[in-house]
Amino acid sequence: MVFNPIQIVPELYQLLLILALFFQSLGDGSETPPAERWLPFFAGFGIFVCIVSWGAEGLIFGGAYKLDALSQFMKLAISFGFYVTVLNASRQPSLEERKRPDYFMFLAISAWGLMILSSAVELITIYLALEISSYSLYAVIPLRNTGSKGDPRAAEAGIKYILFGAVATALALYGFSYILASQHTSYISQLALRTWTWDGAPMAVVGLSLFLGGMFYKLALFPFHFWCPDVYQGASNETAGFVATLPKLGAVVVLVRLATLLKPGLEITTLLAILGACSMTYGNLCALAQKDLKRLLGFSSVAHAGYIMVGLVSGTAMGLSAAVFYALAYLVMNLLVFWVVSRIASDGRNLQMDDLNGLYKRAPALAFALGVGAFALVGLPPTMGFMGKFFLITSAWDHGYNWLVITLVLNSAIAIYYYLSLVRHAYTHEAGEDVPTPDNSAFSICGASLLALLVLVLGMVPGRVFDFAIMAGKQLIP
Amino acid sequence: MEFGYPVLTTLIVFPLLAAAGLFLIKSPQVARAYTMGASILELILAIPLLTFKHNAEWQFVERAHWVPQWGLEYHLAVDGISYLMVMLTLAILPLCVMCSWTYISKRVKEFHFCLLFMTAACVGVFSALDFVLFYVFWEAMLIPMYLLIAVWGGDQRRYASLKFFLFTLAGSTLLLAAIVAFRITGGTFSIPELMLFPFTFKFQFWAFLAMALAFAIKVPMFPFHTWLPAAHVQAPSAGSVILAAVLLKMGTYGFLRFCLPLTPEASVYFAPMMIAISIASILYGGAIALGQEDIKKLVAYSSVGHMGFVTLGIFLFNLRGIEGALFQMLNHGIITGALFMMIGAVYERSHSRQIADNMGLGKYLPAFMGFWGLYALASFGFPGTNGFVGEMLVFTGAFQVSPYIGACLVPGALLGAAYMFRVSLKMAWGQPACAKTWRDLNTREWTYLLIPAVFVFYIGLAPGLFFKLIDPSVEKLVGDLKQRNTVEQKVAATPAPAAVAAVVVPAEPVNN
Repeated sequence: MVFNPIQIVPELYQLLLILALFFQSLGDGSETPPAERWLPFFAGFGIFVCIVSWGAEGLIFGGAYKLDALSQFMKLAISFGFYVTVLNASRQPSLEERKRPDYFMFLAISAWGLMILSSAVELITIYLALEISSYSLYAVIPLRNTGSKGDPRAAEAGIKYILFGAVATALALYGFSYILASQHTSYISQLALRTWTWDGAPMAVVGLSLFLGGMFYKLALFPFHFWCPDVYQGASNETAGFVATLPKLGAVVVLVRLATLLKPGLEITTLLAILGACSMTYGNLCALAQKDLKRLLGFSSVAHAGYIMVGLVSGTAMGLSAAVFYALAYLVMNLLVFWVVSRIASDGRNLQMDDLNGLYKRAPALAFALGVGAFALVGLPPTMGFMGKFFLITSAWDHGYNWLVITLVLNSAIAIYYYLSLVRHAYTHEAGEDVPTPDNSAFSICGASLLALLVLVLGMVPGRVFDFAIMAGKQLIP
Repeated sequence: MEFGYPVLTTLIVFPLLAAAGLFLIKSPQVARAYTMGASILELILAIPLLTFKHNAEWQFVERAHWVPQWGLEYHLAVDGISYLMVMLTLAILPLCVMCSWTYISKRVKEFHFCLLFMTAACVGVFSALDFVLFYVFWEAMLIPMYLLIAVWGGDQRRYASLKFFLFTLAGSTLLLAAIVAFRITGGTFSIPELMLFPFTFKFQFWAFLAMALAFAIKVPMFPFHTWLPAAHVQAPSAGSVILAAVLLKMGTYGFLRFCLPLTPEASVYFAPMMIAISIASILYGGAIALGQEDIKKLVAYSSVGHMGFVTLGIFLFNLRGIEGALFQMLNHGIITGALFMMIGAVYERSHSRQIADNMGLGKYLPAFMGFWGLYALASFGFPGTNGFVGEMLVFTGAFQVSPYIGACLVPGALLGAAYMFRVSLKMAWGQPACAKTWRDLNTREWTYLLIPAVFVFYIGLAPGLFFKLIDPSVEKLVGDLKQRNTVEQKVAATPAPAAVAAVVVPAEPVNN
């Protein structure tokens, strides 16, 4: 197919943003408008660009890069997430003014890598895209100040993220060599035609398991999750808001593409199901004991990674659509919760549970939005979280993994305890001393209410958006 | 029938709109009056429901696509089983507003927001005919109830509200799995269509257990009742009223609407167990109530006993039993609701729920004690009150099935009389602690106590209208249950031809 630049406008536009930020970071910033002032508008325009290039289709760059419903859906979600995280980070209290262009540049590069990832259909391309998005995050995580000095917790988190990331990607690369050696191709479309049973191609199964490990690291699936709570806790609230949301989308899109290899009943599919079950149970149980809000959300991410597995192992188009929809739900719910967290901690501190006390009085709108986010993360109707979970279990029932579905619903009962305690602290406890002053500006309240509204509306009428998810799923498994 | 507007949807949407409107109001007093007005307007909007026809058909049907990709529908309707529950829900709302007029003094707006939200969700639960829509309302109702207990409750409100939430949510997670299993096996989420689908016994077995757990926790049946006393005691009186009058009914409604029609064979198979648990609930609830020093706890445990009568009536599978169950559901809503409002009223005077602090009211608060006596009599089923009708029907049904079951109920009924007499005698004629200075009922309290009293006598003396409302649906329910169980037995005896006849609706292909 002939390459036409119009097909990859979202990526080009993002690249343009990166270049602009790069040139701004070269100067001392005194003569240009500050990045947080102009970037949100351009990031918002990026959503529009993604909508315009919605219908792009094609297989370019030698068959390594595919534009289809899934990739365009994900690019739209990524650009939306990027917009919200940029807005969120624009008032970051723990970041020096002169570092801001660099900070935003790295965020933009990471989002760019994820956009490429959502179109990559060849293992090396996937690997490269993954590295682009990871490397920039390695640089972003330690950027956090307390007072005028760098925060040691953030440095620790950065180191942890790099070390874990390096090991995970090394494993993935090692696994890739096995896949290539035994299946002689790195294109997913051809790999889908090969055998993936243990008896037929043991080397390929080992290789794929290792390669998936790299994705699981991004997704924070058990047992690749150890970095997750530590990094969330160490990084600043706004950075954690990025790390917790967008990279997960990238991992999901790769897993959804690779899921075409995973027929139910294969050993590797069962392995995925078992990891999913472990992940949700372990994540939820650990979250029960957390006092630090971001740590709690970190373990909640681990649990949600497990939920997504339910859709992936079903081996049906509906299952993949459900996983894609759930990933979107996860994105919106977490953006909402991190938005609220960042606004409450207006001095950039790490929120403890007790810091939420009496929030209903100090910031009624933020308390309400936090409640919506918490109930959505549990999966209570009428929120997006419920619909996502409901689609997941409906698609997975009777495809050989009913025990996984039962594990999922039982996990909701565990999860309610800690999500509810967010609401409990916000609504039933009275504020103590030394609670942070929440940001009650129109900016903060509008953002929170719009995201909360999105969670509620997509929970009540998910039909339209789900249509797009189905289109994406049907293209992969007709 | 056309009324110019979709009745059931309006009844669900109107309280939500009214709740949103509350945020525009500043003064607490205006918020109370506004909610009162909204609740009366809600009753006016419900007037078309009075044209309910006395047959077993679905009425006031509304049906639209919701999420067509998954076959979800927005499907509402009522029949004889749900009709009275919808009416009860609507009628309870203004009483709740009135009984918390002075009781609630902090965060008044939010309180009434929760009440209105609650009403919308409850009407939804009783009228939804799509399984997922039902589940959405079923879960949505947890949030306002949690807040009602957690924010406006007593000293241990956090403990009680959390226990309430954990118990009910844990129960209903498996219900969700059962709903999905019904959809994959039966091909639809529509409850009326699923009622025609012949599920295998093995499927029914597990589906029944998953649903029964959710409903048994909600009812609550022994041994899942422990959340109830905690929640009741800590909840504000309006919260207790809704909890007793409407929420508990959802459990028994679930048994009637889902377990019996969808899993008929499993229901029959598990009936001995359910009957045994019901009798245990009756005896246990009564015995524990006898020993309580806290009036509210006493009434809460009496609820466990009364709801035991309801579940017992349901699992007798005869006309009288299920009629009795429905009557008992309605009666318990009216009587226990009224008792909780009275406890709220006396608590505002004494600031204590202990029997010892509320003794000797007969002389100083004669009107209060008169109402209390009436509801206490109705509670243990004194002839002439509505409690008698329900209990009598369940007794009749029980003796029809087996005299042994009937015999087990006798001590239950006696316990009811015993604990109610014990508390009433002390409250009326005990040594007064500080009752001398309290004023008797005011007009507002008279109003909200008089309305249930009218129904106590009306249902007690002339229950004919209510029989007409529920009988066609109950007869259909019992008839279907019997028929499907005999069909299945025939299938077992002569496999080939009858099996073809038994398949009423072929399974639609599932689109995933």
